[in-house]
Amino acid sequence: MSDTITKGAEAPSGDNTPKVSTEKKQKPERVASLWSDALRDLRRNPIFIIGAALVSFLIILAVVPGWFTDGSPFDNNACDLADSLKRPSAEHWFGFDVQGCDIYTRTVWGARNSIIVGVLTTSMVTLVGALLGLLAGWKGGIVDSILSRFTEIFFSIPLLLGGMLIMSMLGKGNAWTVSVVMTVLGWPQIFRIMRASVLANKNNDYVMAARALGAGAGRITFRHILPNAIAPVIVVSAISLGVYIGAEAALSYLGIGVQPPEISWGLMISDASVRFLDAPHVLLFPSAVLSVTVLAFIMLGDAVRDALDPKLR
Amino acid sequence: MTTVIEKNQKNGRLEVGTPLLEVKDLHVEFHTRDGVAKAVNGVNYSVAAGETLAVLGESGSGKSVTAQTIMGILDMPPGKISQGQILFRGQDMLAMSEEDRRQIRGQKIAMIFQDALSSLNPVMTVGAQLGEMFRVHRGSSKKEAREKAIELMERVRIPAARQRVGDYPHQFSGGMRQRIMIAMALSMEPDLIIADEPTTALDVTVQAQVMDLLAELQAEYNMGLILITHDLGVVADVADKIAVMYAGRIVETAPVHELYANPAHPYTKGLLRSIPRLDQKGQELYAIKGLPPNLLKVPAGCAFNPRCDVATDLCRTEIPKLHQVSDKDGKELTGRRSACHLWKETLHG
Repeated sequence: MSDTITKGAEAPSGDNTPKVSTEKKQKPERVASLWSDALRDLRRNPIFIIGAALVSFLIILAVVPGWFTDGSPFDNNACDLADSLKRPSAEHWFGFDVQGCDIYTRTVWGARNSIIVGVLTTSMVTLVGALLGLLAGWKGGIVDSILSRFTEIFFSIPLLLGGMLIMSMLGKGNAWTVSVVMTVLGWPQIFRIMRASVLANKNNDYVMAARALGAGAGRITFRHILPNAIAPVIVVSAISLGVYIGAEAALSYLGIGVQPPEISWGLMISDASVRFLDAPHVLLFPSAVLSVTVLAFIMLGDAVRDALDPKLR
Repeated sequence: MTTVIEKNQKNGRLEVGTPLLEVKDLHVEFHTRDGVAKAVNGVNYSVAAGETLAVLGESGSGKSVTAQTIMGILDMPPGKISQGQILFRGQDMLAMSEEDRRQIRGQKIAMIFQDALSSLNPVMTVGAQLGEMFRVHRGSSKKEAREKAIELMERVRIPAARQRVGDYPHQFSGGMRQRIMIAMALSMEPDLIIADEPTTALDVTVQAQVMDLLAELQAEYNMGLILITHDLGVVADVADKIAVMYAGRIVETAPVHELYANPAHPYTKGLLRSIPRLDQKGQELYAIKGLPPNLLKVPAGCAFNPRCDVATDLCRTEIPKLHQVSDKDGKELTGRRSACHLWKETLHG
């Protein structure tokens, strides 16, 4: 079974898939024809191009912030209290924060934690949620009942509230612990969508037809049900990527997410909020970047959804 | 019982007349919240290579359930095979392991479904779906599979097959989609094809084309064909013999022309009378009164008795056996059976 599946992944067009989309989905390359067609559609979609460009830029920012700024926020001599709260200028586009540190440098370096949390959480949530959802939907019966009841326990805990509780219990947080905590709280959403989607698809005639043609359980699950059921999961995943970035910012804002001296947009917004009236630019830039990031991922998710549904073409 | 079948040396196909499938005393029931629905109650039929058996019946008569049981794609639960045998070339498929059955499915016995659009995976191109058969069962490479898919599409006369191999099912018309389903069923050159109402979703002119294509390919490959339908018109041209089902039982079997000329069961008679005919234009069309029985509460005796014009007290108490039918001189008519206490009166009267 597995060998035929891997053969399916050898589509020449598979390599062109944009970085982000391969990270957040689980092995969609299997259905080369569907994905290469979706890609052709995406290339013509301005929403996708803008979203993908922004996301690619943000990822580069996260991986190599040194390309965009000479300064380092971890250099103690870089900040000068004399520059405290200075307005934006030609040399310092975003101005200075209360400690006299360059906001542009900090914003660039802050992208890393946000992107790590967003991408990592989304990948883990999608993987866990989709696999369990597939299992529950396909197996049904007692497996489904147990998994669904288990999911409901987690589903009843609000993301931010639960995040605050667990993070404050854990003490010092960083991007990784924030991701794990949000995965624990976030997977039920994907589980439910995947389960419902599998249930809706597994009784379709083509599943019966595939069985009648001698396909085994593995092939039916991964080649016929999964590609038909995955589209809503991808959309929700892409959109929740933005939500997780926002949640990380919220946790950091509350002082229980990423801890100083680490940098995160949430921390920057938190620091800036107290001086909003006399120095709005300190709040403005990290907030704007955060909004644009969330928007970029939502645009990407929306475009991918449209491209993945052949019925919409 | 034939276990070793001689293949025709010329083309590797079975000789016409080689027994293929034999369904023996099959009982299938569904366990529902309201009780046990007996969908199939002791069905017997057989098909040989090159032969076409038409299974005729209303919705709920058990014809599709029988077919799904043969294919092994019945949902169990709620379905349950309580009794019977399904012999494919002498081997009981119900006693086989799931893996052995899977090898038969698609390769030896293939099925064509009613609604081709919903039976094709909407997110795979037709070429990928046709080619999948070769990749799964024959281990072909991607390129070989694609070539085979094009070849098959040409076989079922889809115009511009090479250009259309990358299209999705929704981009084809209904008739073309059904051709693709036929191509898929034919891909492994099976010995037997089960067609479950293959033309019901098509309009009349396309129906004829699809049936002709199916009959032609059947003759070419010497395949056995089980044609499940409720359409008497579809059956007449292509079938060799007919089994009429009612409430999970076979009520009459006969060679096709004899059944049309001279039915031996009141239900068959009623079905034939309810076909609109040109020479009866302007007259009220005959209809069998009443409704098919609820399978949770099948009437005692003959299941057809509440709707039957000639039912007697015997019909209300005793379930009729499938009697061998004979002509007026008492000579047995080959292949003709009727499950009616009054078959003599029906046939000769």
